[in-house]
Amino acid sequence: MRKKIGLTGDGAAAEAMRQIDPEVVAVYPITPQTEIVERFAEFVAEGLVQTELINVESEHSALSACCGSSMAGVRTMTCTSAQGLALMHEMLYIAAGNRLPIVMVNVNRTLSAPINIHNDQSDSLGSRDAGWIQLYCENPQEVYDTVIQAVRIAEDHQVMLPVMVCLDGFIVSHNMEPVELLDDGEVKEFIGEFKPRLNLLDTERPITAGNLTLPEYFFEHKYAQVYALEQSKEKIEEVGREFGDRFGRRYGLVEGYKLDDAEIAVITLGSMAGTARVAVDALRGEGIKAGLLKMRCYRPFPVQELAGALKNIRAAAVMEKAVSPGAPGPAVFSDIIAALYRQSVRINLISYVAGLGGRDVPVKSIHRVYEHLQKVAASGEPDRILNYLDLRGWE
Amino acid sequence: MKRKINDSIRKLDKTCLPNWYEIPLAGAILSEGSEDYETGSWRTRRPVWNKEECTSCLICWLFCPEMAIKVTGGKMAGINASLCKGCGVCANECPREGAMTMVEGGEYRDCKV
Amino acid sequence: MAEMLEIRWHARGGQGAVLASRYLAASAIRENLYFQSFPQFGTERMGAPIVAYTRLSDAPIYLYCAIEEPDMVVVLDPTLLKVVKVTAGLKPGGAVVANYPGAPAELAQELGLKGEYRVYSVDAYKISTEEIGRPIPNTPMVGALARVMGRIKLENILAEFSEQFGHRFSSEVVTKNLNAVRRAYEEVQSL
Repeated sequence: MRKKIGLTGDGAAAEAMRQIDPEVVAVYPITPQTEIVERFAEFVAEGLVQTELINVESEHSALSACCGSSMAGVRTMTCTSAQGLALMHEMLYIAAGNRLPIVMVNVNRTLSAPINIHNDQSDSLGSRDAGWIQLYCENPQEVYDTVIQAVRIAEDHQVMLPVMVCLDGFIVSHNMEPVELLDDGEVKEFIGEFKPRLNLLDTERPITAGNLTLPEYFFEHKYAQVYALEQSKEKIEEVGREFGDRFGRRYGLVEGYKLDDAEIAVITLGSMAGTARVAVDALRGEGIKAGLLKMRCYRPFPVQELAGALKNIRAAAVMEKAVSPGAPGPAVFSDIIAALYRQSVRINLISYVAGLGGRDVPVKSIHRVYEHLQKVAASGEPDRILNYLDLRGWE
Repeated sequence: MKRKINDSIRKLDKTCLPNWYEIPLAGAILSEGSEDYETGSWRTRRPVWNKEECTSCLICWLFCPEMAIKVTGGKMAGINASLCKGCGVCANECPREGAMTMVEGGEYRDCKV
Repeated sequence: MAEMLEIRWHARGGQGAVLASRYLAASAIRENLYFQSFPQFGTERMGAPIVAYTRLSDAPIYLYCAIEEPDMVVVLDPTLLKVVKVTAGLKPGGAVVANYPGAPAELAQELGLKGEYRVYSVDAYKISTEEIGRPIPNTPMVGALARVMGRIKLENILAEFSEQFGHRFSSEVVTKNLNAVRRAYEEVQSL
């Protein structure tokens, strides 16, 4: 039976994992992901899942164990955050390169130093080139729904890639909201049985995996992986659509809010999209044509969808919770510039780095971004492209 | 651009390297053993099997890294010359004096293992 | 309630404010209300002043930021009144609900208030000591708050407690807590 209960983002992820009941979860606890591990360990202890829960000594080992079990042909999940994701970095590439459909929940937290346990997205955005699918969630309901969809996407035989489901630390992970849970049977039916394409333990069809691949083959292997990631866009959309048809909540690659007739827009990921929605409503009340574009899918990058949604915008701001020191611009901003260039869409685009290390991003601050956009739209030219929101001493 | 992926090839054709969409998923090797790699050509020494002394304990079969020990009906049946790379682990592990001896010379082309 | 109700909780680490705010929020499901309940994102240490937030609304809530101008503040520990400015940002006409041994007038005086806010007091330490046997203010304060805001019926607050904690605590402990919630609901005094 479906039911609506109060759950935090972490709690919602754990509930989804309980219903998915993966064969193996190898995990190491880290704030603010800990509640997922605690709750899931309770499910294991109470016999509510059949999962082999492997307590490892580090995140590097956690993802290593996941690679092993996934290669052995069983459904495998893990979760981490910040320094944990950084410690997994080596294994991220190995999981993707070996085409292992591992699903990982990453609770976004900043990377030290200075040490800080709070939210920004520098951990997952910094892992953008590892070859994983990355999906960002706005609230606990989206976390629950997305973790379930991630299993289907990862295990599709044309995809066979790991998926990272990202949620903002504390802001979503520790925020309790009403979440509608599906019936256990509905989840089981939706995700289906895992049918591995490669199985190291299949003695009837022996394979050698994780091979040394020399220059005459490596490039082709890498491109096959690149191609699969690009093509996975279709699967992400298809699974999001089917989820909507069955359960009433539809998901896509990007989500526009009051964007159709908008002149100015903010583009963002995760929970900031929620707060920006409130700012858009207020501005619309004043007759200002403001809109919002939420990027749910960051890898693969929805180039055509994003450019199509923005082509009639006069000025847009990319708000992201990460910096790329020394780069021409922060990660998401730079990607969007490239996407617009590829699609020959020329609009005024500015960047706002916001909310680093858990700095609150209130509605009034987002209003200042829209005020800036109004000026840019009026003058037809950005006065300053790179901006830092609510940074003391930044004028 | 859409490509039809046919990544189920089981044999490598060394005369014509495959395109990216023809390579097995994740670079896995789907063929059994080392036949594609002509490991026999690496050989500079070779094992000589003495059938009279051999008890078919199959320890050599267990240790051989290239699956070069041929077994028929549970009995040792000789050495696959195109696979044996001459490492000598069979002779080293053989518990019986004179059943498996390493000698100089790969003699790959002659296939006289 | 077309308007959103924003509540800020003040407590000391270990007093169960986060648990209480979550419990209150979960009770709101029984009224078909939308809610958010989240701690202020700080490092929690036993005894240190902490802050938690609750939003209630009959429409979906999209705000993912702290509450700067609450409609109500709840204070779980009277000693905090001297340490933290609990009325900071409180909207004009907003309410202060405090665990406080004295009358609301004394509380208003201690906070230096001159009628700009509604003031409520309840002796949650006395109630919890008598009913539960330990001075734990979180569950009674949920009862007092429910009375003051009037958005969630007492029966739903009590039912949610039984459901959430029924399998974790003995029925005796549950009954004691329910009594404490009920008493605080009845005993909270307004200015």
